[in-house]
Amino acid sequence: MKAHHPFVQLTLARFREQLRQPEVLFWVFGFPLLLAVALGLAFRNRPPDVIRVGVEAGAHADSMAALLAQARGLRPVVLSPADAADQLRKGRVAIVVVPGDTVVYRYDSTRTESRMARLATDDALQRALGRRDPRPVVDQKKMEKGSRYIDFLIPGLLGLNLMGTGMWGLGYAVVDARKKKLMKRLLASPMRKSHYLLSFMAARLTMLGPEVVLLIGFGMLAFGVPMRGSVGSFLLVALIGAMCFAGIGLLTASRARTTETANGLMNLIMMPMWILSGVFFSSANFPAAMQPFIKALPLTALNDALRAVMLDGASLASVAGPVAICAAWGVASFVIALRIFRWL
Amino acid sequence: MSTSAIAISCRALVKRYKDVTAVAGLDLEVRAGECFGLLGPNGAGKTTTVEMLEGLLAHDEGDIEILGMRWDGHEHALRERLGVALQETKLADRLTVAEVIRLFRSFYRRGRTVEEVLDVVELGEKRDAWVEKLSGGQRQRLAIACALVGAPDLLFLDEPTTGLDPQSRRQLWEIVAAFKRGGGTVVLTTHYMEEAERLCDRVAVMDHGKVIALGSPRELIASLGADHIVEFSLDDGGAEPLPEAALAALPGVKAARRDGPRFSLTVTEAHRAVPALMLELERRGVEMTELVTHHATLEDLFLSLTGRHLRDE
Repeated sequence: MKAHHPFVQLTLARFREQLRQPEVLFWVFGFPLLLAVALGLAFRNRPPDVIRVGVEAGAHADSMAALLAQARGLRPVVLSPADAADQLRKGRVAIVVVPGDTVVYRYDSTRTESRMARLATDDALQRALGRRDPRPVVDQKKMEKGSRYIDFLIPGLLGLNLMGTGMWGLGYAVVDARKKKLMKRLLASPMRKSHYLLSFMAARLTMLGPEVVLLIGFGMLAFGVPMRGSVGSFLLVALIGAMCFAGIGLLTASRARTTETANGLMNLIMMPMWILSGVFFSSANFPAAMQPFIKALPLTALNDALRAVMLDGASLASVAGPVAICAAWGVASFVIALRIFRWL
Repeated sequence: MSTSAIAISCRALVKRYKDVTAVAGLDLEVRAGECFGLLGPNGAGKTTTVEMLEGLLAHDEGDIEILGMRWDGHEHALRERLGVALQETKLADRLTVAEVIRLFRSFYRRGRTVEEVLDVVELGEKRDAWVEKLSGGQRQRLAIACALVGAPDLLFLDEPTTGLDPQSRRQLWEIVAAFKRGGGTVVLTTHYMEEAERLCDRVAVMDHGKVIALGSPRELIASLGADHIVEFSLDDGGAEPLPEAALAALPGVKAARRDGPRFSLTVTEAHRAVPALMLELERRGVEMTELVTHHATLEDLFLSLTGRHLRDE
């Protein structure tokens, strides 16, 4: 295609405009990296935490504390009853032990941390008092790459980013052009409408490569996140995901006259998926009744497919289901968007 | 194209919005090679009319023919031959001047080079500047560059100089005049009478979606039947009764109009009318403040036709 072809010129214009806006570059490239770093650090795998155990002050409190201090992984602190209650409430101690002939464990049984503290404390106490295990056991500790939080997170962040850039990159730009009457001005020229819309898609595609490479490359280099499936399959899934959200972005922008309306609509569409679609935590945490709905969301499908290829080394055929869901969303949105698009 | 050829003809054009009729039965004929002005106040229906002619707005009734073609079925062919500058288009902020023109050039099968057009609108020095860094006048010239780059036969300009300083305005007029000298046809809307008088061969004065007067600026002004306007105010703010009829009867005065404390006389012979006015005021014992006389303009024509000013000041 020649350089002065309108499609090439439109795509160049779109591309230049994006590159010349530092804020766009930040949201596309900087923000996901920052999120990956921040969450990677916050949830990095560390040696098991030392558990703070509150010992209520009183008779035998010091001997109880000394006894618990011998166990690995427990750090007993003697606290007045009021402090103990306060710190338990704030989660500063996971459990409060009240010494006595009958030892009382005070803790919140709905908190995983507290339940673990109760097991560890009781185990330490009973052992110190002479309990013997009937059968010897040996612990073998392993840390598997691919099953850590950061491994879960990186493909999710990529999915999130593809959604965000697809929706904003297309939707916002379209509404902005409509609001500024730039679209009207273009339509007053012999420009083909199809060239105009395709140029958005093309500009989106050119951004896609760097976007994927940067985030995944960063994950691999900085956190050793694995890529078990084929790179080609992974890129294809990312491409379909990007096109899917470009379609949804176009649909969102197809009627809106002001960028405020478009912003609202986009947040309305994206917000539920941020939470439901397994970006930061597995969508399996939601009740079974919601699962069919959650599975049908485009971001859930995209994240599932990205994770399966990246972490489980799944083939394209085995992620055909979620990929088809993405493609269906994309095609349906695009077709509807073209029908109801407000050109003037 | 011969001078008698018709570039635009529209008949009984009507456009209704929900509760208002923006254009109420408009007939226009624009000749090839002329600069045709639509003059009127805000809300007169100028932009609606132009956008219907540009094929950007559907009309409810009537018929439009542009360069011998209709929008239905000839849209693409027509767009190749039209240049359009809309009212207040914001072109992409972060493209350079040359990039924007090159983009628009790419839409047309034939046209002028980017360099040529940059030269015509005198933006050569700004070719690599971002659009957002341009002044209002430079932006408007860029908008016109985009309209000219397809080498159009017919140029539509919707309020091309609104909000510009006098120098930018004159610069724009020069560009339009040059386009016309090259044989192009121009349709422009404006609410500046001076612009219409300077640029337009013929003017249609619009009000409430209708043409209320049509002709060359000279003809239209002549239709006032007088070539001077005398304006004055009374010292006491108009408490003293001063009948318009009495003023209109003075020698050399054709018509008189009162607007609060302000009077406006349409005058054929200022040298006779002014002394007569002085005598009349002295006879009635009223003091005059600020006497102004000027040549009659389209503004005065509009005022005499509608009783309102073109611009709300």
